Amino acid sequence: MPDLLIELFSEEIPARMQAKAREDLKKLVTDGLVEAGLTYRAAQGFSTPRRLTLAIEGLTAESRAVREERKGPATTAPEAALQGFLRSTGLTLDQLEVRDAGKGQAYFAVIEKPGRKAAEIIAEVLEATIRAFPWPKSMRWGAGTLRWVRPLHSILCLLSDDHGAEVVALDVDGIASGNTTRGHRFLSPGAFAVTGFDDYAAKLKRAHVILSSDDRAEHIWHDATNMAFAAGLEVVEDKGLLAEVAGLVEWPVVLMGKIGEDFLGLPPEVLQTSMKEHQKFFSCRNPKTGRIEAFITVANTQTADHGATILKGNQKVLSARLSDARFFWENDLRTVKSVGMEGMAAGLAHVTFHNKLGSQADRIARIEALAREIAPLVGAAPDLAAEAARVAKADLQSAMVGEFPELQGTMGVYYAKAAGLPDAVANACKAHYQPLGPSDDVPTEPVSVAVALADKIDTLTGFWAIDEKPTGSKDPFALRRAALGVIRLVLGNGAHFSMRPIVSEATTRLLVGLIRTSHAGLLAGEDDGNEHWNWGDTVVYPDGSSAERSERELRQSIEAGEVCMEVSFAGRSRRFERPANISSDLLSFFHDRLKVHLKDQGIRHDVIDACLAMPGNDDLTLLVKRAEALAAFLKTDDGENLIQGFKRANNILTQAEAKDGVEYSFGADPKFAEDATERTLFDALDTAEAAIAPAMKSEDFAQAMSAMASLRAPIDGFFEAVQVNTDNAVVRRNRLNLLSRIRTICLSVADLTRIEG
Amino acid sequence: MTTTAPRSFQEIILRLQSYWAAQGCAVLQPYDMEVGAGTFHPATTLRALGSRPWAAAYVQPSRRPTDGRYGENPNRLQHYYQYQVLIKPSPANLQDLYLGSLAAIGIDATLHDIRFVEDDWESPTLGAWGLGWEVWCDGMEVSQFTYFQQVGGHDCKPVSGELTYGLERLAMYVLGIDHVMDMPFNDPASPIPLKYGDIFRQTEQEYSRWNFDQADTDMLLKHFEDAEAECERILAAGAEDKAGRRIVMAHPAYDQCIKASHLFNLLDARGVISVTERQAYIGRVRALAKKCADAFVTTEAGGGVAA
Repeated sequence: MPDLLIELFSEEIPARMQAKAREDLKKLVTDGLVEAGLTYRAAQGFSTPRRLTLAIEGLTAESRAVREERKGPATTAPEAALQGFLRSTGLTLDQLEVRDAGKGQAYFAVIEKPGRKAAEIIAEVLEATIRAFPWPKSMRWGAGTLRWVRPLHSILCLLSDDHGAEVVALDVDGIASGNTTRGHRFLSPGAFAVTGFDDYAAKLKRAHVILSSDDRAEHIWHDATNMAFAAGLEVVEDKGLLAEVAGLVEWPVVLMGKIGEDFLGLPPEVLQTSMKEHQKFFSCRNPKTGRIEAFITVANTQTADHGATILKGNQKVLSARLSDARFFWENDLRTVKSVGMEGMAAGLAHVTFHNKLGSQADRIARIEALAREIAPLVGAAPDLAAEAARVAKADLQSAMVGEFPELQGTMGVYYAKAAGLPDAVANACKAHYQPLGPSDDVPTEPVSVAVALADKIDTLTGFWAIDEKPTGSKDPFALRRAALGVIRLVLGNGAHFSMRPIVSEATTRLLVGLIRTSHAGLLAGEDDGNEHWNWGDTVVYPDGSSAERSERELRQSIEAGEVCMEVSFAGRSRRFERPANISSDLLSFFHDRLKVHLKDQGIRHDVIDACLAMPGNDDLTLLVKRAEALAAFLKTDDGENLIQGFKRANNILTQAEAKDGVEYSFGADPKFAEDATERTLFDALDTAEAAIAPAMKSEDFAQAMSAMASLRAPIDGFFEAVQVNTDNAVVRRNRLNLLSRIRTICLSVADLTRIEG
Repeated sequence: MTTTAPRSFQEIILRLQSYWAAQGCAVLQPYDMEVGAGTFHPATTLRALGSRPWAAAYVQPSRRPTDGRYGENPNRLQHYYQYQVLIKPSPANLQDLYLGSLAAIGIDATLHDIRFVEDDWESPTLGAWGLGWEVWCDGMEVSQFTYFQQVGGHDCKPVSGELTYGLERLAMYVLGIDHVMDMPFNDPASPIPLKYGDIFRQTEQEYSRWNFDQADTDMLLKHFEDAEAECERILAAGAEDKAGRRIVMAHPAYDQCIKASHLFNLLDARGVISVTERQAYIGRVRALAKKCADAFVTTEAGGGVAA
């Protein structure tokens, strides 16, 4: 069975595109070969900055001949049917066979496709792959029309077996296939021929090219960590950077350099970010001091001076970059020491957050109010939380964050500490953005928790109010992430509070602010169906007099839905929803995100639905406690059987209620009990009720459910021995009322009617 | 090839000139207008359009008013030089030709680490884009290497290869200089040795003051609008002159486009253009560039008329 080797040799392929390109090459070629009737044992893709390579092992030498037989119309069928059959098969009448088809004679078409040589198929498939390659961005060059990521120079396409190797002939826009490639651009620039994959990989290595990106990454990491270790340092791990650097070199040579003394005072994050973003350097940390003291750069070549010139050049560029960073750092420190964090934040009044939601300063004022309100609910001092909210985004105005936006929050902590603010306030500068993703940590310091919640709830209420909710895959403001952040903050800290009033009040406050800053209009009057909108909180009447509206009046207008976000040229207004509607809608969004979150933790959707149907469902911690207890309960035998018992009781009861037109709800009396099992059930219900009530009161759902579980045996026994719908009307009514006690008890824990199965 | 190290800024320029002349490029002179980069020279912008082959190399003095630092910053200048090469169609060995030019100015590829790092080029004001790299030498960007795909909204067919060298930065690296003003302009052994600062420190100060504080913004705005109007008028004047000859005035119109672009840069440096207005101004210049490109491709040099 032959092996196939393909190499597409080009000018430098962007590092970020290489991994996907080598997989695309593998998939497109192997899919094409299989579709054309070839099979193979294994395939592997490789990439370097200048080549994409595919090695396929154990390819079949030719595709199998295919014989296809199709039954056509009967010989007696109308002419049109026959013509249609000829068209669909592409045959002529004399090529058809006539055979007995059970019910008389019919035409048959026998189509034979002969097997094809692998080389022929490969040439076709590879050319089609090259012409339709899914590069994220591709280009033309010279006078040609072919597109590739950068100019394509040569195609190596070689089919080899025990007897030798043979070039698969193809020509793509003047680039003819061959059996040669080139080594490293500077160290081994000559062309050479190869006979198969092993020969190719070995010769490349001699020509200073490590073919596998994994091997290059491993080599880099190995040398980097050794070199750092020898200097008493450790390399700061960065997998993304390692993959990128491995895509920038064919022959990695690791060099380590010291960072100048002048720059060691910079925060480690600044050194790390500057070196990574601008220079693609790794950082080396001193484990004793935590400081970044050296860098690792990866050259693509080895030199007679062992990299001394290269290192000197890189060091010089780094010094220029770090001088800039130090300038920003010192400037920013001077600013916060003279005017404080709030002084630094002053400019945010002129930075637009969103054209319908006002400036960053407006937003910070809202977050402050929310943080103050949330603080007592999460154990934080309201004044501290408010202060943290005021300064948490100040660093957006710093020179450093202007240069490195990814350092937002991180710089805030340094600057807040330099301004003499307490640690709890400083730490919130960074922590209030968290959790940034599903794997990011959830803040636990109360002040940080309060500001983080306020920040996210403000974002959500704001975009909900202006109707910019996520749809389908579109979520440009990362609102799903914000909602999940709120959920994780609440659950992770066991915070216990009702979300609805907070969201509703935040929305109302938002609208008050928008009216006052003329971002929202207030209905001033209506005549003949024309609405008159007034912008700003001062109402100007037709007679020219004006009056300032009080907060109470503004709130009344907001409750009445008399606020609009814009009026079109045609005079059509777009009103804000009432805060109560906005908060209901947002709450169900929280519930949707919570379902996804809990499902990931293995809690069934019907269990969640059963708990969502209970009152107090806007207290997320309570909701989850209930759901977790119910999920655990349902996993036990007692739980599963009790649900069956409950459902049976509920069905009988519902049917009887529908038939009788009454609700059976109270009055069950043991004196009408005829059977021993009936009396046992009465006793069990008394005991259970006595245990469940206090457990529910203390929100100990597990305790309540275990008390409920004790009902299982009595309920089962009751249904076995007793028929509810007896002829004796008094006994029947008494038994139905007894069932209603079961229903009430069970439904007090969760809406068990929603449990499936 | 062993090359001696160059000794001055001008020697590096002279070596690039003779290298690219030896590769068959027409060595042109700078365009006689204020431009932000070598790409604005009609020898690049317009000649990248149309089907006719082209090969040119030149130094272009370039002005970026917002980059002025009164001559104090070691690397930043409001007036600086770019070296520009444009070859159409891009030859298959353009990377090798480029590396040859680095060798010519004393950058030895066996001692240095030269890398082609992804950097796609786009000029919103020219309606142009291309794919290529920034070229790194020991971690420092020394050139921009681009295969033009579109200029003035037109697909480039054939594709031009464009090389841009930031001369001051490149020369500082080759000469081992830390502050641009300390760089020898002519040979330090000359009877009258001149440093970059001897020639440009004072002008950097003067222009920085004018660019940032003094330029009359009302006048600049008026000039911008005049240039825009003139560009459109020239192009609307029609192809036929008073004697009935077909003369499309693509170049005079393009001069007005260049003027508008520089006036916009000056207004920007004076800080009178808000973030939202910025986009609108860039769009106006781009519209002019596109009209000039539309006109150029109808001319003989633009391949629109048989020679």
